[in-house]
Amino acid sequence: MTIEFEAPKPLVNMQNMLQTVAENMMRSTSREMDENEHSIPWDYIEFMHTAMRSMGGAGGLAPVEEKPKEGAEKRPPIGYQKLAVQIEMLAWGDVGYYLVTPGGGLGAAAVQAAGTPEQKAKFLARFNEEKPTFAAMCMTEPGAGSDTSAIRARAVLDEKTNEWVINGEKIFVTAGDKSFTEYEKLGKGFIVVWASIDPSAGRAGMRAFVVEAGTPGVKITKLEHKLGIRASDTASISLVDARVPFENLLGSPTVEKTTTGFKGAMATFDATRPLVAASGLGVARAALEFLKEKLKENGVEIRYGLPRQKLTSVEREVIDMEIMLKSAWLMVLKAVWMADNKKPNALESSMSKVKAGDVCTKITQKAVEILGPIGYSREFLLEKWFRDAKITDIYEGTGQINRLVVARQILGYSGSELR
Amino acid sequence: MYSFEPNEEQQMLIDAVGKYAENDLRPAAHDAEENRELPKKLVSKGWELGLLQASVPETYGGFGERSAVTGVLAVEEMAYGDLAGTLAVMTPSLFATPVLLGGSEEQKQEYLPKIIEGEWAPYTAALVEYAFDFDPTALKTTAKAEGSSFILNGEKAFVPFAKDAEALIVYANLDGGTQGFIVKKEAAGLSISEEREKAMGLNALPMYRIKMENVTAERLGGASGHDFELILSAMRVASAAAAVGVARSSFEYAKNYAKEREAFGVKIAQKQAVAFMLAEMATEIEAIRLLTWEAAWKLDNGKEDAHTAAYLAFTGAADMAMMVTDRGVQIYGGHGYIRENPVELLMRNGRGFPMLLGTAIV
Ligand SMILES: Cc1cc2nc3c(=O)[nH]c(=O)nc-3n(C[C@H](O)[C@H](O)[C@H](O)COP(=O)(O)OP(=O)(O)OC[C@H]3O[C@@H](n4cnc5c(N)ncnc54)[C@H](O)[C@@H]3O)c2cc1C
Repeated sequence: MTIEFEAPKPLVNMQNMLQTVAENMMRSTSREMDENEHSIPWDYIEFMHTAMRSMGGAGGLAPVEEKPKEGAEKRPPIGYQKLAVQIEMLAWGDVGYYLVTPGGGLGAAAVQAAGTPEQKAKFLARFNEEKPTFAAMCMTEPGAGSDTSAIRARAVLDEKTNEWVINGEKIFVTAGDKSFTEYEKLGKGFIVVWASIDPSAGRAGMRAFVVEAGTPGVKITKLEHKLGIRASDTASISLVDARVPFENLLGSPTVEKTTTGFKGAMATFDATRPLVAASGLGVARAALEFLKEKLKENGVEIRYGLPRQKLTSVEREVIDMEIMLKSAWLMVLKAVWMADNKKPNALESSMSKVKAGDVCTKITQKAVEILGPIGYSREFLLEKWFRDAKITDIYEGTGQINRLVVARQILGYSGSELR
Repeated sequence: MYSFEPNEEQQMLIDAVGKYAENDLRPAAHDAEENRELPKKLVSKGWELGLLQASVPETYGGFGERSAVTGVLAVEEMAYGDLAGTLAVMTPSLFATPVLLGGSEEQKQEYLPKIIEGEWAPYTAALVEYAFDFDPTALKTTAKAEGSSFILNGEKAFVPFAKDAEALIVYANLDGGTQGFIVKKEAAGLSISEEREKAMGLNALPMYRIKMENVTAERLGGASGHDFELILSAMRVASAAAAVGVARSSFEYAKNYAKEREAFGVKIAQKQAVAFMLAEMATEIEAIRLLTWEAAWKLDNGKEDAHTAAYLAFTGAADMAMMVTDRGVQIYGGHGYIRENPVELLMRNGRGFPMLLGTAIV
């Protein structure tokens, strides 16, 4: 091992390609998607699906495992690094669009983290089929957000039919509509629903279930209107006596009372938090580049190299933003590099999310402030990026929850020692 | 490839420096500051770790090759022990590294073996000027060519070990740009203050003002001079790494204290207000550490944006060190304000980074 910061060739190539997509397919219609909430950008979805399939895999947030060419030297895996770079670039284009990139999203990530090899084979194959396909993850409920142990959804085994019967209310499901509603242009998706098989057991009783699109008893009850990321649907889903086969319970089919189920959910987050961080940093980079461009047009050049005392306040702000953005990105890279190299990264993962949440909200907010009317106007996309960025500090664990995770890790505390 | 793990050799170095920091520098830090003196043995023990020696090629008496990445790893680790001690141990680098980076062949031959092969000896450098808007790229000290020599005029502050120095590099403004000049101890017109600098922190490190009135000096790199930006960036990443070390130290003290100290029936670390401060300290330290590593790597690999990267790392590190060491004191509460507790000195040292450029180099 060594310390090295050279971007691997395949990453650079992919980045360049995606930049073209970002410029031509996303930026050009960003405003339109923002102002027509709940419309679906089919062109983008179909284009991305075809493109990702031809690149050897469409699986959303799960890395594509590379098969080494025969005779070729075995290289260290970079699947998660690739994902992070890809997501950052797409989010630089438009993070709302990025969230409707077909693939398994958080749903597939949950299967990847908690499923058995058979389940992975069964549920993940669909993302590479002909039609673009979505999956989603349903954890949050009206009465349970950060405190995931408070979820009330319930799964009961019907021993006669060997099916799980699920009841519950889920909210804020990203891509819930596209994963569950059967659109002609889409393949059959699924949602992963977290429910308790034993409410008296708290977290130990929690399990994840794959619920296929169209399952009777499951309904999309609402699509949210949001501050930003309006191209992405955020659904409420109700489950009333929804039945799923026994083997759709993710993980070991034997149902012991352990916290394995919950650990599955947390493992999902270790993998996805730096990726969410990456999406926020893409927005931040877009905003910072726009800010610098506008300043330059107005004759303001940032004089790098000067001591702080000699800089104007605008220069200081921009330099601080750059420090934030660059260091946050390195934290993301480190977290995904650890994931690729199978190093436990719960700490680094949450740290990168804490940092990115701060950085992307601060950068977008400051950029709007510095540019005044230009920042606030809907003539430019900056005001949209300001609205889009904020979600980074909320989903996949709020900034506070990730601070808790970081603090517990560094202090060696359990959840009950530090709540 | 991206990769975030020191190689085996670097890890061995980190371990060795870490031991010295933990067992020697840390326990000595408080008394050294109060007594305004670093024990000689302490400094020579640090010198014997061979950090500088390992960055100089064999032809000049060393046994290795310079790497800014290895340098920042070592500096962080040592500064975690104590900043004054670190800067003292590394003072000869203030002279040797610029010679290595920008010196002419004769200068390298003349100075490097002498510095490397002997005991720790105070070869030093003078960059800082006593002005609120001190800017290493627009110095007030001037140099003028006269034949093949140069004439220096001006004043410098915070020059470590100037009093005992055999020779020093003085940075001066030559036709609008900065260049380093080798000044010998006995040079006419060079005067060194009797009194040591008194500063908010770093009082264990003997630092002096110096004054030059028509001092004749030799240009680093000879007639054609040298690339000052390389030297400046090497100073910036070293400072940034030292800031990370200092911050890490404060963070660690605060963390351990928070797990011991009780209030309202629980350990204070169990209160979110404290736990979140710790989480943010750890996060900011890691952020700047990575930024520093990357800048050092870019310098080693001659990347186009290496100098900007070094500037950003340095600028970010100065803020980070202040934020973290301030919170270190905060977490100790009233006890943090008392000089007996280590976080107090760390806060004073933490404030120094915006102007400590020129006191460390890798
Ligand atoms: C657009 C969008 C998309 C989403 N997508 C999904 C999805 O696909 N799947 C899914 O399951 N969920 C999703 N979510 C839900 C999201 O993860 C939750 O909203 C988030 O975890 C916070 O939960 P909450 O909204 O209930 O806030 P609450 O948990 O009620 O938190 C309110 C405030 O209290 C703070 N807080 C809570 N607990 C603590 C604590 N212990 N210590 C300190 N502070 C605390 C929080 O940080 C926050 O500031 C999405 C949300 C949005 C808005």
